[in-house]
Amino acid sequence: MSKATALILIKIILLNGVLALATVAHSEQDRSRLLATGGASTIEGSAGGGIVPMAVLSGYGAREEQGGTAFASHVQVPHYSLSVVGASWSWRNRLELSVAEQRLSHRPLSQLLGVNDTSIRQTVVGAKVRLAGDLIYTPLPQISLGAQYKKNYDFLIPSAAGARDDSGTDLTLSATKLLLAGVADRNLLLNGTLRYSKANQLGLVGFGGDKNNSPELLAEVSAGVFFNRHWLIGGEYRQKPDNLSFISEDDWYSAFVAWFPNRHISLVAAYVDLGEVATFRNQHGWYLSLQGAF
Amino acid sequence: MTGWLMNRSLLILAALLLSAGMSACSPLGKPPADNLYQRLGGEQGIEALVYDLLVEIAADERIVERFRDVNIPRFRQGLESYICSISGGPCEYSGESMQVVHAGHGYTDVEFNALVDDLIRAMEKRQLPVATQNRLLALLAPSYRDIVYQ
Repeated sequence: MSKATALILIKIILLNGVLALATVAHSEQDRSRLLATGGASTIEGSAGGGIVPMAVLSGYGAREEQGGTAFASHVQVPHYSLSVVGASWSWRNRLELSVAEQRLSHRPLSQLLGVNDTSIRQTVVGAKVRLAGDLIYTPLPQISLGAQYKKNYDFLIPSAAGARDDSGTDLTLSATKLLLAGVADRNLLLNGTLRYSKANQLGLVGFGGDKNNSPELLAEVSAGVFFNRHWLIGGEYRQKPDNLSFISEDDWYSAFVAWFPNRHISLVAAYVDLGEVATFRNQHGWYLSLQGAF
Repeated sequence: MTGWLMNRSLLILAALLLSAGMSACSPLGKPPADNLYQRLGGEQGIEALVYDLLVEIAADERIVERFRDVNIPRFRQGLESYICSISGGPCEYSGESMQVVHAGHGYTDVEFNALVDDLIRAMEKRQLPVATQNRLLALLAPSYRDIVYQ
């Protein structure tokens, strides 16, 4: 483990330690939705898994409550690392607002290109509305519509690669259902998301490109099985656009284990396969995310 | 917990003790060995589960107030018989439908979730396997639409 990675991990642990203390101060019964129904925090800030958002709203607020989360996540693959910190607030299990600060470290790419910049920063501001259904209690899946506005602050490399814009907005439509006793009497979580986007590598490599400059519909799915109410094992798939002729972009996969010890803390560990990322192939590695909910 | 909440909890506990032994199910024949009723521990298991659920409710500030005017022994017997009947046990639930029982009370999403939470705690206290817990929850969850904001 590099020194930088160790420092980031320590930061994550410290941040969440503070979060944990702050949230434990509240009583166990502050928020009423069932354990794990707020999902984890995705790298774009919205509630979901790790790389795919879901229709669930963050936190544990029921229809008469509100709640929030704060999170820190880290992705480590051979030539890149991505650190994300963010927060969200959900109102009456109807509206979720979220923000995520992403910082991509790309030293090997900088060396290859002979540039001094070694990181790309991006802010994602998201809003998600539950349109219909309930994750658990209705035959209809929970359905939510979301928007993610993204602003890239280090556009030098993306523009050199052929990206057209340094900001863009993704639209997402998600349907999520927890089937109680759905498989072998274990609870089965199913999620499908349609994204309308022209973001290259989340927007970290800008928006649109020379090959294609129009938003397209992209499919994302996630599924998991609850071993018990504290442990979820699952996987995700995220289709990616391919807008740049200079660098190709592969679809993403993850396999994850999520732990929900109580309504205030959750931890997700995953293996991620990002394929080719900006000239470097076989970018697979690990993902860790810690969330505090209050 | 406020003073009267404490009193309310004590009242529920007292009612529980007084109503102990009242039987909800009348045996009609032996159900198959692996059905949910058997997994729940049959008549005795369901009685114990409902007892533990009421203990959890008595300690739950979110909903204990809703039980102020509830006839606890009657509630207990009705719930035992309801769980017995939906889990494939040898009972006919003769009470009113979930919709009729809950109509006009405006039960909230918070309150429904609180009750489910208390049931999960009770099932964990009974050390019911996760599979059995999930199967019972799957049978009870659809009643949400008959209970919340009705």
